[in-house]
Amino acid sequence: MAEEVKLFRTWSSPFSLRIVWALKIKGVEYETIFEDLYDKSPSLLQYNPAHKKIPILVHSGKPIAESYVILEYIDETWKETPLLPEDPYERAMARFWAKFGDDKVLTSIVWGVFIKEGKEQEEAMVEAMKNLWLLEEELRGKKFFGGERIGFLDLALGWLANFISILEDVAGLKIVDEDKFPLLSAWMKDFADSPIIKDNWPPRDKMIAKFQALRDEKLAAAAAASK
Amino acid sequence: MADEIILLDFWPSMFGMKVRIALAEKGLKYEYRDEDLFNKGPLLLEMNPIHKKIPVLIHNGKPICESQIIVQYIDEVWKDKSPLLPSDPYHRAQARFWADYIDKKLHLLGQRLWRTKGEEQEANKEYIECLKLLEGELGDKPYFGGENFGFVDVNLMPYFSWLYVFEIAANFSIEAECPKLITWAKRCMEKESVSTSLPDRQKLYDFFLQLKKWHGIE
Repeated sequence: MAEEVKLFRTWSSPFSLRIVWALKIKGVEYETIFEDLYDKSPSLLQYNPAHKKIPILVHSGKPIAESYVILEYIDETWKETPLLPEDPYERAMARFWAKFGDDKVLTSIVWGVFIKEGKEQEEAMVEAMKNLWLLEEELRGKKFFGGERIGFLDLALGWLANFISILEDVAGLKIVDEDKFPLLSAWMKDFADSPIIKDNWPPRDKMIAKFQALRDEKLAAAAAASK
Repeated sequence: MADEIILLDFWPSMFGMKVRIALAEKGLKYEYRDEDLFNKGPLLLEMNPIHKKIPVLIHNGKPICESQIIVQYIDEVWKDKSPLLPSDPYHRAQARFWADYIDKKLHLLGQRLWRTKGEEQEANKEYIECLKLLEGELGDKPYFGGENFGFVDVNLMPYFSWLYVFEIAANFSIEAECPKLITWAKRCMEKESVSTSLPDRQKLYDFFLQLKKWHGIE
């Protein structure tokens, strides 16, 4: 009997993408429900009343929210193709860098560099470069963050492999320079072209439009605030 | 060969308290080092160069940072005694979710209680709503972990040591609003692993007054 697995997501959320990748890597069949975050469904509000956010995984009627919590649940429930390493210290490191990815890397790039301009953007770029450099160091001697094959940390940071070029195109600047970050650049390419990953990126034209709108909105708000 | 465990900590830190409780639950011997956060020592800077924050657990020379990650590490390495996370994947996910909720929402709201002027009423209300949600999650269980003290209990208790401070500072009481949580906190304090890991209330309050001065708040 197939257990019912549902994923509540949006088409563009990097947090949702992690779950899509994990489920597909594990060969888990699931149903997708796309949410409009401006018009959240009663199901979303029922399944995640604490945060009212996606992604939410619902397995046999039981909801799990928060992308890293969901990833660990998937890894523990469907044990083939393990995502987290076995050794407790290696697991702690993977969790540490995943948290760093969201708290520092994503924040400094999207909410720092991308939505700013001029001097503010330059300052944000210094912070972003420091964070990216730490990831570059973490890749030393490895093809993927997980080692020889894709693991938990690759899924956590995977959004970089697609989103960076979109952010660069929209903002008109280079964020991950191949000369400065040879290992990270190579990883981004290898990850983006990997089986399953390469078939599940959101449509590029839609992403460009979405991020252009975001940047325009934030720059306009900043300009209005400074008057 | 005995494990060498060092904890770099700062006695009023809620995050440090979580680790102390976890280590005590597992009956582990370790060296406790209180850091001067205005004058961070070389070991802290070496072991947590990225964030330069406590707590840091150093196990046989290898550092682990971030309180929740440390507590999970402790639970996985010393898995035969007092397991903190349940064995069922769904219940584990729920425990991790609530621990994350506590860190994200409760912590932020707790800071707003005393740092923001003019928003006290709103901040108090939101904080209590947050606690009520947690109280709903506790239900009629003795602990968040069920019959046994567990992961969420470890994560929430430190906030209750600060709650005394917040209640005085923000002039509110949760006794009437969240009676089950008060009962739960008292039950947890009866455990030696908890009572020996949390600082004296008065000492914490005195520290809080100092903290307010540093932040330029009356």
